[in-house]
Amino acid sequence: MMAAPLLRAEGLVRRYRLRQGVFRHPVTVKAVDSLSLSVARGETLGIVGESGCGKSTTGRLLAGLEPPDSGTISFGGEPLPAAGHARWRRLRTRIQMVFQDPLGALDRRLTIGEQIAEPLEIHRLGSKSERADRVKTLLVDVGLRPDHGARYPHELSGGQRQRAVLARALATDPDLIVCDEPVSALDVSIQAQVINLLADLKEQRRMAMIFISHDLRVVRQISDRIAVMYLGVIVEEGDPNLVLRDPLHPYSQALISAVPTPGAGRRRDRTVLQGDPPNPAARPRGCAFHPRCPAALPVCAQLAPELTSAGEGRRVACHLVEAAGEGRKETV
Amino acid sequence: MDGFVAKSLPAPTARKLWQRDRAVQLALVWLTVVLAVVVFADRLAPYDYAALDLRHRLAAPVGFGGDVAHLLGSDELGRDVLSRLIVSIRMSLLIAFGATLIGASLGTMLGFLAAHFRGWVEQVILACVDFQASMPFLILALAVLAFFGNSLVLFVALLGLHGWERYARVTRALAMSAGAQGYVMAVHQLGAGPWRLYLRHVLPNIASTLIVTMTLAFPDIILLESGLSFLGLGVQPPLTSLGNMVGYGRDYLTRAPWILVLPSLVISLTTLSISLVGDWLRDRIDKTLS
Repeated sequence: MMAAPLLRAEGLVRRYRLRQGVFRHPVTVKAVDSLSLSVARGETLGIVGESGCGKSTTGRLLAGLEPPDSGTISFGGEPLPAAGHARWRRLRTRIQMVFQDPLGALDRRLTIGEQIAEPLEIHRLGSKSERADRVKTLLVDVGLRPDHGARYPHELSGGQRQRAVLARALATDPDLIVCDEPVSALDVSIQAQVINLLADLKEQRRMAMIFISHDLRVVRQISDRIAVMYLGVIVEEGDPNLVLRDPLHPYSQALISAVPTPGAGRRRDRTVLQGDPPNPAARPRGCAFHPRCPAALPVCAQLAPELTSAGEGRRVACHLVEAAGEGRKETV
Repeated sequence: MDGFVAKSLPAPTARKLWQRDRAVQLALVWLTVVLAVVVFADRLAPYDYAALDLRHRLAAPVGFGGDVAHLLGSDELGRDVLSRLIVSIRMSLLIAFGATLIGASLGTMLGFLAAHFRGWVEQVILACVDFQASMPFLILALAVLAFFGNSLVLFVALLGLHGWERYARVTRALAMSAGAQGYVMAVHQLGAGPWRLYLRHVLPNIASTLIVTMTLAFPDIILLESGLSFLGLGVQPPLTSLGNMVGYGRDYLTRAPWILVLPSLVISLTTLSISLVGDWLRDRIDKTLS
């Protein structure tokens, strides 16, 4: 199964400089801190985490829209070229990004059809009539009618707009689509439709997807593997059913117990996190989560835990789990 | 979901629309007349604009005691005011049109450059903008005309420099805020180059603001041209322009007001019409506003 992955990222770091007032020194914020992951061909990786944990930054880094401050990303075995390069531009046919706000992502001056044809025009794919045919096919593929192509973005509903954005992203048959909160701006009934559409599309086209969301249910529905992020690092990674049913990392446990379950009433076993939400400008020493962790050990404040295998294809970054794992080994 | 189409806002009342449209219609009619005059100036003018008729100096227009030979009267040298007016309209409008286009293209281009490259390019362009904005344009114009002499091409280019800084500022600000919007990011990540990005996407999205700026600048340039010609620095006799006519007609304001009143009227009506049409055009171009 582990053939060469489509996308492999090693030790990604992305810092932002934040100015707080004219005379104060700028503060460096580490949005992403030595993050490593890989995505296989045709695989969907879900990335979850609370807002501000660096999910979107990770998405932009992986899509090649922003350069990492350190670390490497390779796509199809080759390093990602720098933005603006001719090679980078050609790579845009293979990696596409879908953003959260579909109305903002569309140019309100151009019709939907013109915008879906745009990637084909940019990369000079096909003749004019071929492009027109392709646009019609794409519109039907994403569940719109061919005559929607003549409409302007403001004449469509939110769900239709997101479908149009997807059609544009699919125009060049990319190998990887990075979806950054693609359904968060839609209401729940439309969310389900778009998610189903995405699931169908990835099935038909065998493309890989990175699906970024704060909504665990949505991610579970579509992902082959999920990664939980906290303050710019992956704290747990693995099969969605395993991670979501039996989370190992205390943060994943808290995150998953916070998902409301209809009809369950007030649950006793909910882990309510103490302390403030994380501030990436003042990252704690050691494990970033230790100030809020209900089970923190003294070592957690000293040493950042590594992402290590915890069996069944899962990886967890937590001293507790490591200790428990070693304990298990000793008893065996 | 399929049948859903975003509803537009309730339409303004029919009467309001009619009233506003009538003003625009009148403005359009006037501008059409003016444009026709510009195109057919040579055929419309009954006399050569510089031909003297010393026997009919300061003749009054028809209806004010003048005869049919000079429909709108004549000036102190017996030159036909109608012919001079027709040629002046052409001259002034061509100058204003050329200068507005030069200013708008230059300013928009520099604004895009500043927004695209940021860094020192932006700083240099902004410094030029501030320099241009803080320098009284008349002084600049006087200096240039004094050093390089006066030619029509130079004069148009000089007037084109007037107001470029406004386009540059507006374009830079709008392009930067457009850059923060999703569609620019989205098109960029499709692999589009800067030409496509700025000309196909950003420019149409900010065009309504630029057109309003142009319709504000156009009357400004007509007035500036008139002012400079009035001071004797603009269009030089024997050539004639609207401002030039007003300037030289000033001496005869009490005895022969028609020399001055008619070109002034044309200036006012044309600038007003352009403002009205520009406003209407902005609403028309913005498909999302209709």
